[in-house]
Amino acid sequence: MTIRDQTRPTEAGSLPERGEPQQPAPGAALRPEVLREATAARARWEKATAAACAERPYWKEDFTTISGVEPPHLVTPEEVRADPVRDIGVPGEYPFTRGIHPTGYRGKLWTMRQFAGFGTAADTNRRFRYLLEHGQTGLSVAFDLPTLYGYDSDHAMSLGEVGKCGVAIDSLADMEVLFRSIPLGEVSTSMTINSTAPILFAMYLAVAEQQGVDVARSVSGTLQNDILKEYIAQKEYIFPPRPSMRLVTDQFAFAAERVPRWNTVSISGYHIREAGSTALQELAFTLRDGIEYVQYGIDAGLDVDQFAPRLSFFFNSHSDFFEEIAKFRAARRLWAEEMRERFGARDPRSLMLRFHTQTAGVSLTAQQPINNVVRTAIQALAAVLGGTQSLHTNALDETLALPTEENARTALRTQQIIANETGVIHSVDPLGGSYLVEEMTQRMVDGARDYFRRIDDMGGMVEAIEAGFPQRELVEASYAFQRAVDGKRKLIVGVNCLQVDDEPPIETLVIDESVAGQQTAELESLRARRDGGAVERTLDALRRGAAGEANTMPLILDCVKAYCTIGEVSDALRDVFGTYEEPVVF
Amino acid sequence: MPKRVLIVKPGLDGHDRGAKVVARALRDAGFEVIYGGLRQTPAQIAAAAIQEDVDAVGMSILSGAHNQLLPEVVRLLRDQGGDDILVFAGGIIPDRDISPLKEAGIDEIFLPGTTTDSIIQYLRDRLSTPETPGGNHV
Repeated sequence: MTIRDQTRPTEAGSLPERGEPQQPAPGAALRPEVLREATAARARWEKATAAACAERPYWKEDFTTISGVEPPHLVTPEEVRADPVRDIGVPGEYPFTRGIHPTGYRGKLWTMRQFAGFGTAADTNRRFRYLLEHGQTGLSVAFDLPTLYGYDSDHAMSLGEVGKCGVAIDSLADMEVLFRSIPLGEVSTSMTINSTAPILFAMYLAVAEQQGVDVARSVSGTLQNDILKEYIAQKEYIFPPRPSMRLVTDQFAFAAERVPRWNTVSISGYHIREAGSTALQELAFTLRDGIEYVQYGIDAGLDVDQFAPRLSFFFNSHSDFFEEIAKFRAARRLWAEEMRERFGARDPRSLMLRFHTQTAGVSLTAQQPINNVVRTAIQALAAVLGGTQSLHTNALDETLALPTEENARTALRTQQIIANETGVIHSVDPLGGSYLVEEMTQRMVDGARDYFRRIDDMGGMVEAIEAGFPQRELVEASYAFQRAVDGKRKLIVGVNCLQVDDEPPIETLVIDESVAGQQTAELESLRARRDGGAVERTLDALRRGAAGEANTMPLILDCVKAYCTIGEVSDALRDVFGTYEEPVVF
Repeated sequence: MPKRVLIVKPGLDGHDRGAKVVARALRDAGFEVIYGGLRQTPAQIAAAAIQEDVDAVGMSILSGAHNQLLPEVVRLLRDQGGDDILVFAGGIIPDRDISPLKEAGIDEIFLPGTTTDSIIQYLRDRLSTPETPGGNHV
């Protein structure tokens, strides 16, 4: 692999800046006689290893992780650089390397939150109720591409896309159907929505109000709302970065006051990883995105402890087991340190990195798809050992289509087996103190700080994105990985080794092509029956507010309550903010 | 003269990893690659292909809208005198859709797990390009 090893400890001399803690000498925590003995044992091992290798060379040349980084062959106690108290500590205490809750999973299991959505709101409502009946504990909504991109289902750009990758939502009327018979005061809902997040957030609140729920006390959930990673990876942006950041900070201020249990942004590494980053790049860019949101919130006049407790994260869990666990542990420590050192946050909840995890969709193979259950189980275990707060496990057919009901159930069962049968939930951070895991965690911390410095030097993440920096890093890493797979330096079972001939095709879910027709008919009927004057008035007020300094959230709430469509509200914002074209990098 | 290939993403999905990997691999293999970017409509794709005088158009799509969008590109190319332009595609395309798409004029469809080498070889064969000496042939 040609990916640079970015997790090597930074050269002495380039550290520290900004009063970062000086890393103690490796082995500093050991008593002198133990240090001496351990060093001697290490020397014996190195000699024995060299002799064994000379006699019989290793069976392959490349022992790098999936990110192209060579992990240590062996870590011995005198090599561990993380300070056992200051850097590792105990769960529930700063810097939270070992977890944010003192009780681990004994106090509360992770939330099993399977992402679902397809077809019409009524189709998805049925799937939600099925999942809740089978023991799922939170909802997670997938929207279709026109909804994500702010087009109505009858727009020309929506051709072929309606209801395909998620549920089609055109107006509040669809949202009412989506959550029919689901009590929004009792269930927490995560919505994967970004450019149009304020519109869907407003619709959700409007439905909760209709159900008679006390929004301030009982509504909880999460918006993905992470626009920065759209520019970096997923590319579902509409507006340029700066007005997009204003929409985000408007939601921070609105939710802090009116929906205090709502997580306004889920800062997402998932898509960055799926788009081809390494584990370290996922960690570093995601946390640096988080830093950017906090900075913009502070610049908008908010107190850090007023909104930072509502920030949450979303990571990928890929197949390289220890690299992933190290990434999760490093993320908690880095966030705590950055929030305290960089921003002076005081509320402990501002310092705690809470995260959702999804297993790596990109790791699933179309070949021998049943093997994907195994991959997903291993990735889910890594997320649990890394201390995730919630988890989505992919279904075996997700590389081919949206999952069938049966495959969706097996995916949920995978995490239920980990929770109920493996015993890994009994001890908090069971891998804490592992020489290897602690050293890999420290390398992740060092590598991420190195990226933070580079991005800080560019002026911040918005500037780095405008310069195409993270985009270029992903292109390089994904190309290096593809070359390694093509050259069989990385083996993927069923793809470039261990293939079988004549695989029987598996049954996959077919999305009914009639969804677009149904949505179009419903839109026509909606436009005829709603109050046209209210539509015009609320859209005009939004245009004026967006052009000025007003908080856009209450104005968007007025629009959705007047049954303005998602396309109409998005167009009002397009009129004011313009749209974005990315710099071409490949 | 290196052969010219337009790589483009029709539809609304933003998953450009595959498109960019293929674009890069083709460029490294000596093709002249025009990267058309995201969310291109069939009309925009056909217009770009004609205007750039390309030999082939490669479309990557993972959203599920392939049945509506890909044949439309072929139809527009034929309407605009681009019958000689080779059209190929890649992405998440269910088996049942492959033969109708081929009948509609999509010459080849590359599925997950395809190597970049096999795409390069396919284009060399179909566009009869001799291997570029010194090219970064993988």
